[in-house]
Amino acid sequence: MEIILISLLNGFVYGMLLFMLASGLTLIFSMMGVLNFAHAGIYMIGAYIAFESSRSVGFWAALIIAPLVCGAIGAAIEIYGLRRTHHNGHIAELLFTFGLFFIIERGVQMAWGMLPVPYRVPAGLDFPLFSQYGINFPAYRAFMLLVAGGMLLAIWLLLTRTRIGLIIQASLTHPNMVSALGHNVPRVFTIVFAGGCFLAGLAGVIGGNYQVTEPGMAAALGPIVFVVVVFGGLGSLAGCFIASIIVGMVQTFAVVIDTSLASMLGGLVSWIGTDNLAGEILAVPVSRIGPLLPYAMMVLMLLFRPRGLMGTRDT
Amino acid sequence: MSDAGLTTGRTAAQTRPVRASAAASRQRWLWIALVVFAMVLPWLFYGWQTHRHSGFLLTMLSQMGMMIIFSLSYNMLMGQAGLLSFGHAVFFGLAGYSTIHFLDAAGAGKLPVPMELIPILSGLAGLCFGIVFGYMATRQRGTAFAMITLGMGELVATAAIMFHHFFGGEGGVSTNRMIEISLFGLSYASSVQVYYLILAWTVIAALGMLFLTKTPLGAMANATRDNFERAQFMGYDPRRVRFLQFALSGLFAGIGGGLYAITYEIVTFDAVSSALSANVVLMTYIGGATIFYGPILGAVLITLLQSGLSMLSNAWLIYVGVLFIGMVTFAPAGFAGMIEAHGPIARAGRLGRLAVPYLRMSIPGLAVLLGFIGIVELTSFRTIGEAQGKHLVLFGSDIDVRSLVPWLVAVALLGVGGLWLRVEARAFARVWDNLTADLKQRGL
Repeated sequence: MEIILISLLNGFVYGMLLFMLASGLTLIFSMMGVLNFAHAGIYMIGAYIAFESSRSVGFWAALIIAPLVCGAIGAAIEIYGLRRTHHNGHIAELLFTFGLFFIIERGVQMAWGMLPVPYRVPAGLDFPLFSQYGINFPAYRAFMLLVAGGMLLAIWLLLTRTRIGLIIQASLTHPNMVSALGHNVPRVFTIVFAGGCFLAGLAGVIGGNYQVTEPGMAAALGPIVFVVVVFGGLGSLAGCFIASIIVGMVQTFAVVIDTSLASMLGGLVSWIGTDNLAGEILAVPVSRIGPLLPYAMMVLMLLFRPRGLMGTRDT
Repeated sequence: MSDAGLTTGRTAAQTRPVRASAAASRQRWLWIALVVFAMVLPWLFYGWQTHRHSGFLLTMLSQMGMMIIFSLSYNMLMGQAGLLSFGHAVFFGLAGYSTIHFLDAAGAGKLPVPMELIPILSGLAGLCFGIVFGYMATRQRGTAFAMITLGMGELVATAAIMFHHFFGGEGGVSTNRMIEISLFGLSYASSVQVYYLILAWTVIAALGMLFLTKTPLGAMANATRDNFERAQFMGYDPRRVRFLQFALSGLFAGIGGGLYAITYEIVTFDAVSSALSANVVLMTYIGGATIFYGPILGAVLITLLQSGLSMLSNAWLIYVGVLFIGMVTFAPAGFAGMIEAHGPIARAGRLGRLAVPYLRMSIPGLAVLLGFIGIVELTSFRTIGEAQGKHLVLFGSDIDVRSLVPWLVAVALLGVGGLWLRVEARAFARVWDNLTADLKQRGL
């Protein structure tokens, strides 16, 4: 019971972190058709900038500086990079962001070294919020939830209550119509791209010390965020939110389930034995298969329902 | 989804003048000469005193061979069918794992196949995996296809670390390639014998893939890439075309993976990793995806950089990444595309007109290059280099990477060179446009 409650909370926290990344990515993907490979790279840059600025000006300033820097980087990428490759088609844009991610990853390795940097939870938030069944729930996770929830509210207000939000919403489903109506679609693209990178930077600030700030963090999280975006479906922030929570829960719960397919199916599969690959796959406990599950989910979703959970059109 | 960036090669091929057949026969001789060159190359570096081959050279050339096969097979998807896969290492690696098991079986006398034909088995293994994965992946195209292949790549890479049967877990599986069955009585104990095996299979695989581009399947792959709806309208099932192309691409990638297993006698999850999948995207695109020989150029270039530059610089992958981004932005047809673009001008005998503009561009270009390398190296010596206890030495003097002067010099080179290069590049573009317009007017 206690494991379920704690896992539920942890899964929710992780899911919210995923959502902070995936929301920006899904907005960019739905509008521009570009699956931004560099998005997780921006998240990593956010974490490293937060590390640097929390050393010099403190965590709370970093909470503002890092997202702003990331947003500026995003705007620069859109204006000087993507816009130039746009006329070469979507594959060229995808490859451009792919190359960008490659450079960001190597660049971070070069600038900060291969080892993790000591980016820690600020002292003011480093205490257990409550204790249940002998397990502490850190206050920092509650803070993460607060930031993510605040961001969710802000996005919702921005998208539904402002003029630019309405144009963005329209561009999600009818990009051609929006440009036909005379709106400056490239500028909307820049705003959305910069906004998405701003959110990724924010996720980097609060995720960098929740997980580990190291050069491999982007490559570890990036594919999972893709899974969320594809699973949730194009053009739907609600789908993206649900998918984030599902993936977060799946990953957290998989770790604590110590049973295997073979023990679930019992005698049905005992003829396979354990001394071959199939037997080994069946005998591995779910807790170890955990890292595989998101990808299996994505592949299955793309095969049988390419538009995702709540998507409005095919990926 | 429009794939305009990948179609330029075809239109260039269509507008090629009538003298193309003479050029094609010249090209054929060039390739034969290159193969002969690859055959004699190990002997040029043979140590006659020590009676030994250069191990570094053989390793590099062998690596080139497999990478040529691998990137050509990748280009069957990216260049020829417009399918962007981010998990192509799956076929290379899985066939590599299979080959280790084939070699084990052959060594134990359970598989009476000579060494020279083992790559056929590897290719068949690649084909099988290509059929299984291709059946699922080729239902979609465009970004969905890219995502499915990415997911499959991650699935297989994670599984390779996790399971001990077949994959050997984190340590991988290893074997002994001296199976003592050979068509020519060779033991394959020395790496030069393995090199000639790789060379032979590289030529066979490249010719096979070249042949495939001339078949109806190759033409239909191009058609579904260029105009999906129209290919469908003509009565072809684009999914079937994609599937066949994908499975055959798995076959050739499998041959590459088999040669990898034979060369290194060990296969770990590196061979199915996303890093290798990324590598093949870079190689193929930098070389040029629109032209058949582009991936060969890319594989040779990247392997050269990998073996040469990686010893000199910790940051060599940054250079590869920047080169890739530059190609995507400025030369979507890659190096092969650049070469082909000079074809008509060379045939008209006007190449000399470009010499001065090229020379003028090269001076600021060199400055930009030096400035950029300076910044990258200064940064990397501050972190990774320091951790390794290395010092930056330039012109015989030790350079303090923490002082301001070298940074200022590098930034100045980059900035001034960049502005100057922009001016020269515009002048070059004017000369180029005039030349091509002139040639078009004369109908050349």
